[in-house]
Amino acid sequence: MIVMKDVYKRYPNGVVAANGIDVQIDQGEFVYVVGTSGAGKSTFIKMMYREEKPTKGTIVVNGIDITKIKNSKIAHFRRGIGVVFQDFKLLPKLTVYENIAYALEVIEESPKLIKKRVMAVLDLVNLKHKARMLPDELSGGEQQRISIARSIVNSPRVVIADEPTGNLDPETTWDIMKIFEEINSRGTTVIMATHNKDIVNTRKHRVIAIEEGMIVRDEQRGEYGYEI
Amino acid sequence: MFATSNEVNTDMKFRTIGRHLKESLKNIVRNGWMTFASVSAVTVTLVLVGVFFIILMNLNQVATSIEEDVEIKVLIDTTATDADQEKLTQQIKDISEVGSVTFSSKEKELDALIDSFGEDADLFKQLYEERNPLNAAFIVKTKDPLDTMKAAEKIEKLDFVYKVRYGQNDVEKLFDIIKVSRNVGIVLIIGLLFTAIFLISNTIKITIVARRKEIEIMRLVGATNSFIRWPFFLEGLWLGILGSIIPITAIIVLYKEISTFLEPKLVGNFIQILDFNPFAYQVSGILLLIGCVIGVWGSLMSVHKFLKI
Repeated sequence: MIVMKDVYKRYPNGVVAANGIDVQIDQGEFVYVVGTSGAGKSTFIKMMYREEKPTKGTIVVNGIDITKIKNSKIAHFRRGIGVVFQDFKLLPKLTVYENIAYALEVIEESPKLIKKRVMAVLDLVNLKHKARMLPDELSGGEQQRISIARSIVNSPRVVIADEPTGNLDPETTWDIMKIFEEINSRGTTVIMATHNKDIVNTRKHRVIAIEEGMIVRDEQRGEYGYEI
Repeated sequence: MFATSNEVNTDMKFRTIGRHLKESLKNIVRNGWMTFASVSAVTVTLVLVGVFFIILMNLNQVATSIEEDVEIKVLIDTTATDADQEKLTQQIKDISEVGSVTFSSKEKELDALIDSFGEDADLFKQLYEERNPLNAAFIVKTKDPLDTMKAAEKIEKLDFVYKVRYGQNDVEKLFDIIKVSRNVGIVLIIGLLFTAIFLISNTIKITIVARRKEIEIMRLVGATNSFIRWPFFLEGLWLGILGSIIPITAIIVLYKEISTFLEPKLVGNFIQILDFNPFAYQVSGILLLIGCVIGVWGSLMSVHKFLKI
């Protein structure tokens, strides 16, 4: 569960990216975060995994108040959250398998467990047969599937995706959406910032719209609501 | 129950250390040119530091041996009787700064003088053996070499003292020179060390910018800062070790050459250089240590910035 109470964020350059946000996202929800560029979507999302710290207010994620968390505890907190980006953020010199295993190696899991879990997530994203390839040898959609596999390999309770389909063609986009919905169906909370009107209007889920750092709309099974 | 969990932990630690070692070595190889640049910076610094250090330590050695050799020669008035001499000895011994007093008869003084003339000695021997013009003397050593002047002044005032000699001007000048060169050397060494740290940290920073993505991903998937830092720490250590190979070899070889060349020439002279063994090995150890410290420091300084949350 994610709870934000009266959250403000003002950057050193004076930009206010969060201006009194109150929101609750329950465990197992699927939430779209929509809004124009510069509305504060990214800040909203980054505050959830403590990449940004709010100027004021409290944020509780998975039962931890991350506005009061010690710096030394942030690493452990992040292990409960998977993050997916528009640009995949894969390491080009590592194979598909190694890229995913990396997430477990750095938290010092045993090799046996790493192998089991990596193969399981590769199966989920249907890329078991490409485990030995390098990211450059894969298509954009396949790379994003690897990045999603990496984000869920340590079974996080929350997956946060910042425009995960921004660089992909429409057909691939649907594949990616199916994977997110599959993850969500297993009880993982999925929070996705997106500009894709078709997705939001077709695969109906909760929609949170952000304008000038404020939540201007919060609907169950909502619409995209912006003209592109 | 506890034993099992401990075993698992130890096993995990070993695996992690292995991973860090592998990672650090891989990075050293992967960033070939940057490694070369950093290692060169360490090498140049350590060669200079090593040379300065050797000069400094030898100057120090010379200074100490000169300090130890400083003695006051008290020439006794020729009119003094044995009883007077006896009294004078006691008076000198009573001066608080004085450590030891040795008597040197005028015959002994003459022998020493004649010896110092070398090849022409025979000529003087004939000339002076019949009538010795020299004074008998006391050789006085102070407890602390720096009190030489004070003691000399006190002795000068005593009866039957003909003259007091301790090479005041030369000794003081030499001490001054040594003091200045010591200070200059220390300042230079410190300056060099800082330059090297900045060079290394900048070089590594360039490689880190390229590895920014890797650090970012590590942080995102929940790697602790210390876990991220370890490979960089080891990388700095390798840079330090690699960078000290040439300076250590150079210093051992050159110091060996210098000591074999100089030692026979310095026999009997009051100036002595420090023995090859253990000095060259001590310097090597110090250089290796400095290399590792600046390598690690430079490396951790540059990664620090990327770990701020």
